[in-house]
Amino acid sequence: MKSTALAEHNALGNSRDASLRYRRREHMLMFILMSPAVLIVFLLLIVPLAWLIIQSFYVGDGVSLEHYRRIFTERVYWNTFLLTFRISFVVTLLAFLMGYPLAYAATVLPKRWAIVILAIVILPFWTSVLVRAYAWLILLQRSGVVNEALMGVGLTSAPLSLVHNELGTIIATVHILLPFMVLPLYATMQKIPRDLLMAGASLGASPLHVFRWVFFPLSLSGVLAGVTLVFVLCLGFYITPELMGGGRTVMASMLVSRNIQLYSDWGAASAVSVVLLMCVLVIFYVVSRLISLERILGTK
Amino acid sequence: MDKNDSVGVSIRSVSKRYGNTMALDDITLDIEPGEFVSLLGPSGSGKTTLLGALGGFVTPTSGAVWVGSQDMTYMPPHKRNIGIVFQSYALFPHMSVGENVAFPLRARRLPKATWPERVSKALAMVELEGYQDRGISQLSGGQRQRVALARAMVFDPKLILMDEPLSALDKQLRETMQIELRQLHRKLGATIIYVTHDQREALTMSDRVAILKDGKLVQIDTPEVLSSDPKDSFVASFIGDSTLLPVVRSDTYSVKLGDVILHSTRPVPTHPDLLLAIQIEKLLVHDERHDPDMNRLHCRVREVVYQGDSIRVFLDMEDGATISLRQPSHHLAYQKIPPIGENLTVALHPEDTIIVPNTGCREPATNVA
Repeated sequence: MKSTALAEHNALGNSRDASLRYRRREHMLMFILMSPAVLIVFLLLIVPLAWLIIQSFYVGDGVSLEHYRRIFTERVYWNTFLLTFRISFVVTLLAFLMGYPLAYAATVLPKRWAIVILAIVILPFWTSVLVRAYAWLILLQRSGVVNEALMGVGLTSAPLSLVHNELGTIIATVHILLPFMVLPLYATMQKIPRDLLMAGASLGASPLHVFRWVFFPLSLSGVLAGVTLVFVLCLGFYITPELMGGGRTVMASMLVSRNIQLYSDWGAASAVSVVLLMCVLVIFYVVSRLISLERILGTK
Repeated sequence: MDKNDSVGVSIRSVSKRYGNTMALDDITLDIEPGEFVSLLGPSGSGKTTLLGALGGFVTPTSGAVWVGSQDMTYMPPHKRNIGIVFQSYALFPHMSVGENVAFPLRARRLPKATWPERVSKALAMVELEGYQDRGISQLSGGQRQRVALARAMVFDPKLILMDEPLSALDKQLRETMQIELRQLHRKLGATIIYVTHDQREALTMSDRVAILKDGKLVQIDTPEVLSSDPKDSFVASFIGDSTLLPVVRSDTYSVKLGDVILHSTRPVPTHPDLLLAIQIEKLLVHDERHDPDMNRLHCRVREVVYQGDSIRVFLDMEDGATISLRQPSHHLAYQKIPPIGENLTVALHPEDTIIVPNTGCREPATNVA
């Protein structure tokens, strides 16, 4: 009696071992399959990032906090970060104001119109940022189509300075980042069941009331996702402000390149990058407390 | 609410065309104030479209919808004052139970001070007292159903529409809710129009059942009349659990099934293609003590199936057709049924001998149990 119980116990133990072995093998295989990707991420992202951080603490040959001291005390740096945040804020606000109606229209209109709207939003996405920035440059310059048209209609008597300044930067950046606002919004709105809107109407709510109390609250997670994406991407924008800003609108990323191109100061450039990276991480952290990151990144 | 408050509904030759298909084809239907009417039909029969026309989500191609003394054909949904319970419940996921139920009050801009009392009264009606602060995701399917009901009646609508509200619940809960809805209807006194594809549900709950097929109204009657006097084979196959067998008219009150003459108490319809509808519960094992007028059929036992509360016997007739009967599973009933392969004579009362014109049947019955 006792021996059979023991045998049973052993058999159970063996089968548990077997399943454990099987699971370990499975994990091993998974790891091997993933290893090329892991290697690439490690070599091309983690290592350079670590190097960047280390570098930011070196002045000449000695370890020092000099770069960070300069960033936090000198006016130029302060102004640049302030400008970067201000532009990002305005761009995000404009992208939201333009993107929300677009996503809403794509959601409520018949399918074929939805496709047209999304195509118009996404198509420019497939051309290079450089091309789009130059296109805006041509459109907005003193003798460009926009100024000619405004004067032609008689709205303005002299050409407006639409480019080589903050305004030009904002216009082009909004255009380039608009898909990042529209797509998460559209994805969220698509998932709002139409039944809820019908129920709202049947319960006596006018279309405006249904929007205010049902549709809009349910689209908020998409708003947060879109706003975060656009804001964060805008913080690190480089080509567009470089081309559209005319050298006067200096954003944080341009500070990085100037430190290298003009002063060959890799340490200072690294320190600016690290501060910018920290800003982005803090934003993501705060937002992730509100909604899951998978939603922002669109994997859910 | 007072019973006198409820309103009648008048659907006047309403049609709805989508492209080349008629979702609704000239439907005329009058519903009395306070009545509980079910719209019964297979999917695609137009019952949901008709409900949409009542709720304001579907604009009829022609015809008019009147509620009480008001033409509502083109009135937008939010001005109709009709409570709707959706199949999916359509509860607002970002609001608590209390906020969901208060939604119609907010939409009507009623003073905020009156909300709590009306909300708790509505929740009490559906036996969910004290659930105000719960989130929707914390509720079971049956509880969601009740919240949807409370929300649809908190503003005292005179007409309530229900679109298959019980279809997502399990069988037991569904049967409980059917009885509760009936009682609720009596308490509220509102007119209720109920869409379902489940004939048993429709028969259980309704004062009258309207049967739809291909966008047309086939028959509207009380459950008893639908069962005893179906207008055609479609209705006969939809109501109850019936076997339909081709028969030939013999005279005004009788038909021939093979060589057997069957008598009916109702005149046989004048239609070239006739069917006998045998409802499974109406077929009895023949007994000498029966009424001598009973129609008799000689069969052979093919299969006996024990179904818990009943036994079902499948019988082969002489011409090869299969019919079946159901008896409560008590011992006496068992005794009367011979072993498989033996002969058995079954009886059908002339009152239960239903002859209908053949207009096609619904797809194979789903409610066989």
